[in-house]
Amino acid sequence: MIGALLLAAAVTAAAAVPLTGREYYATLMLPFFAYSVALLGLNLLFGTTGLLSFGHALFVAVGGYTAAYLGSALRMRSLEAMLVVAAVTAALVAVPVGWLCVRYVRIYFGMLTLAFGMLFYSFLYKFYGLTGGDEGMPVARPTLLGQSFGDLDKTGYLVGPYYYYSLAVCVVAALSMWRIVRSPLGLSLRAIRENADKAEYVGVRVRRYRFYAFVIAAVFGAAGGVLLVVPTGLASPTLAYWTHSGNLVFMLLLGGFSHFFGPVLGAFVFIFLQDQVMSVTEYWRFVFGVVLAAVVIFLPHGLMSLVTRRVDA
Amino acid sequence: MTALLEARDIVQRYGEVQALSGVSLVVREGEFLSIIGPNGAGKTTLVNVLTGLLRPTGGSVAFRGRDVAGVGPVRLAALGMARSFQLVNVFPGLTVGETLSVPALARLGHAGRPFASLARHTEIADSVAEMAELFGLGDKLKRPARTLPQGDKKLLDVASAFALRPDLILMDEPTSGVSTRDKTSIMDTLVQAAKRLGVKAIVQVEHDMDIVFAYSDRIIALHQGRVLADAVPAALRADAEVVATVLGAPR
Repeated sequence: MIGALLLAAAVTAAAAVPLTGREYYATLMLPFFAYSVALLGLNLLFGTTGLLSFGHALFVAVGGYTAAYLGSALRMRSLEAMLVVAAVTAALVAVPVGWLCVRYVRIYFGMLTLAFGMLFYSFLYKFYGLTGGDEGMPVARPTLLGQSFGDLDKTGYLVGPYYYYSLAVCVVAALSMWRIVRSPLGLSLRAIRENADKAEYVGVRVRRYRFYAFVIAAVFGAAGGVLLVVPTGLASPTLAYWTHSGNLVFMLLLGGFSHFFGPVLGAFVFIFLQDQVMSVTEYWRFVFGVVLAAVVIFLPHGLMSLVTRRVDA
Repeated sequence: MTALLEARDIVQRYGEVQALSGVSLVVREGEFLSIIGPNGAGKTTLVNVLTGLLRPTGGSVAFRGRDVAGVGPVRLAALGMARSFQLVNVFPGLTVGETLSVPALARLGHAGRPFASLARHTEIADSVAEMAELFGLGDKLKRPARTLPQGDKKLLDVASAFALRPDLILMDEPTSGVSTRDKTSIMDTLVQAAKRLGVKAIVQVEHDMDIVFAYSDRIIALHQGRVLADAVPAALRADAEVVATVLGAPR
């Protein structure tokens, strides 16, 4: 009950940010929404199933490029269509990639996902005609529920209708994932994380359910990718680069993977901390390295453990 | 009595080592069968073969007339055979209630449902309550498995295999790692549970001869990968060779 109230308060606070008139902070909230969606997916794989992917950015890039491609090549401007097509495309990519990756666990799984991420990066980088190579692809401003909001300038669009659209997608993603984690599949995945051998002996189809988790994570990653590229107006190959996957894992550890909302908190702190530190020093990566080390050593369950001592999910 | 499980001429080689050299056995409905033998006799290998984990080098294993050699644990569970292990094997971070839900969901074929509500699944809740009650874990449903005392962990481990409601259950030393005082109560609990749940046969591998002779309808003694004897407890005790090689000198 307290959790539900806190959550309602957080959503209300997020909804109020554009009303404060501080557009800059509202624009920072946009990647936060996008990363939250992607990380909810990544954490189904890691926090729930126990598989750490170092290639989740692949699916974020699939989402970003799908949005760019639909907008520029097919002149399809509907954000709903972009989200749906991106989700389907990510699922289609995740079927063969996941099918191979879930045959392995621990570091082997991580390395294989990393390899697929870099493979996709090379593809984006080299196939200039299709992807724009290192220049990437521009992302046209999408319509929201059929509305183009042509009278708004870019900032007005982003901190106005797009802001609330992203917030809504984020809330829907969180509710869906909440459901999945508390479903029979969610319990089977946690059993797999806890003891995969035992799980098999009580009838759990370990490899199949790991595969399901992989595909669901990919869909969330792609939805996040779509939301991520609209504000920047560009899908670039760095979306799929391994450091981007690393950032996703960083956010997960920062917020705490053992709590449902850990990844969301991680995304929030990462983005606002990055903004603050970058304005002070160009050595922000150094600062982030220290932060990550401190979190892993002193708060193995992430910042979320400061909020609640209860560890569930 | 109908044969549930039938193994014929099982041969299992690991490189140069021959762990099983032509083992045949039948498990019939209504039986409590114990497999005994000194260390290295091939007991665990035999159980691994019987439960489809290992595909034997030679021979066949049939469960209800169906070939199950090497089919793997998930398929076997679906066919009606469950197994528990020698070492206590639990899901440390799952509660007792969650642990018992996992096999119940698998049995109903619901374990992969991504959008159904687990909390509102009454059939699962009933199954969990029944299993917890049978195994004396009813007041510990909310406790994570890792916080249970050793004896309860063992019970939970076995209970999760029983929750599949198998026709046949194979247990590798169900009372290992448990104090002598708790052994009998664990055995009584699981024999009772088997009766209530309609489990048709129990096969156990056991070192503790007091347990073996107290509960078994029939005993198979393995020695060096072969069946040395296959008899009712009284006959086995009278077998001088078995006494010499497996049971040790009479006390």
